Amino acid sequence: MFQFANPKRFMDASGAMLPWLSAATAVLLMAGLYLSFTAPPDYQQGDTVRIMFIHVPAAWVAMMAYVFMAAASAVGMINRHPLADIAAKQAAPLGALFTALALITGSLWGRPMWGTYWVWDGRLTSFLVLLFLYLGYIALWNAIDNEARAARVAAILALVGVVNLPIIEFSVDWWTTLHQGESIFRKGGPTISTVFLWPLFIMALGYTALFFTLLIIRVRTEIIERRVRAAILNGSGG
Amino acid sequence: MSAFAALLTRDVRLAFRAGGSAMLALGFFAVVATLIPFGIGADPILLARVAAGVLWIGAVLAGLLALDRLFQADYEDGSLDLLALSPLSLEGVVAAKIASHWLTTGLPLTVLSPLLGILLALPRPAYVPLFVSLLIGTPALSAIGAIGAALTLSIRRGGLILPLLVLPLFAPEVIFGAGSVMSAIDGLTNGAIWLLAAISLAAVLLSPFVAAAAVRLNLSE
Amino acid sequence: MSHFLAMGGYAEYIWPAYGVSLLGVAAALYLTLRAYRRAKRSLAKLDSART
Repeated sequence: MFQFANPKRFMDASGAMLPWLSAATAVLLMAGLYLSFTAPPDYQQGDTVRIMFIHVPAAWVAMMAYVFMAAASAVGMINRHPLADIAAKQAAPLGALFTALALITGSLWGRPMWGTYWVWDGRLTSFLVLLFLYLGYIALWNAIDNEARAARVAAILALVGVVNLPIIEFSVDWWTTLHQGESIFRKGGPTISTVFLWPLFIMALGYTALFFTLLIIRVRTEIIERRVRAAILNGSGG
Repeated sequence: MSAFAALLTRDVRLAFRAGGSAMLALGFFAVVATLIPFGIGADPILLARVAAGVLWIGAVLAGLLALDRLFQADYEDGSLDLLALSPLSLEGVVAAKIASHWLTTGLPLTVLSPLLGILLALPRPAYVPLFVSLLIGTPALSAIGAIGAALTLSIRRGGLILPLLVLPLFAPEVIFGAGSVMSAIDGLTNGAIWLLAAISLAAVLLSPFVAAAAVRLNLSE
Repeated sequence: MSHFLAMGGYAEYIWPAYGVSLLGVAAALYLTLRAYRRAKRSLAKLDSART
């Protein structure tokens, strides 16, 4: 049976932090949305630049979530700390969500901007693969009954994926530049004017805060669930 | 006979038995290639353009078929535990299984590919590049696939997760492998075949260690 | 107001993009909080059964 000492320190700290983090998330997202809709239309892109304010932050969080997941997996493997494993496990569905949002908003941005809903360039293709990586990781956790083993096996997958993603982006870029010339599917051009930096920045902070708020709640949920399960298995005696 | 050679011989023999993975993979490869014209039409110009890619993808899928029994058959009857205790290191066991997988799927597929190329109107300059790219690339498919097989070996219906895990890992090989053939058709020289060789070498050298780690995890209780 | 909704002619891209994002975030919030509340309830039931 999976032994899990009550992580009191984490529960206390996260419990104290959660109200502030949630409030900050709400404030940042509302401010970000306001700024996104009051920013002037771009000279070239018109109003579609507003999609950038929800696309780019989603993409950033999607990537950050994967790095977090891989790092937590590594810590879990080296230190054998269950909290790291739980953090990695709960980061995955959130990462998958933001990846899907990035892909969908990116597609809706691409159509008016560059005339197509999808193109197989390095960046977009790696994002699609990232989504599959998240889904495979989640499936692996769900398929293995033994929790400790699931954590280790999933950790290996996460680390293999972190090596593979840059290779995929490189290989797709290599191939497309060979056949289609330099990809024009960029995220808003080489320079973003300052009037757009603020909505982008605030939304990015908001999405990040949202990720960590949800992550902390999910980790707390799992810790409670494990305690309940352990108590039931022990016959509610302790 | 060394332990490695003994394991290798035994696995190859098992795969070539009736119901073994070798004939299955070969048959699957042939069927896929034959179905393609039914799906996209028999226009030889169109077929000529997609033949290299189709054969590469067919090789990937056929290899995938044989992958999920790579460790599971031995895991289920307890042989894998015995192999783990043998004088051969677990990395050596994994390497032997990768080698047997390649000898029984990758290599036969490579040999069969020119024949299927005829069916798919593969252009003349592409035959040798296709053969070479598959020869170099299929060992990588076996090696990387073994990692996926090791990760999922304790899952009862792990065969369903295996493609999901492993196909993203195959993407670079397919890109460079099929890409090298298409470049040869267009008369371009680029580094594709060398990039494929580099990836293949790295995969074959590194994956026994990663897969063995995964096997070890799944064997310990 | 209709000028705002029209979004310079790009309404068919902008509103679905924001709509999907809102839906995704709302779903994540809902599912996360629901699981959290359920877990807390189970724990409370367990604690009260013990005392």
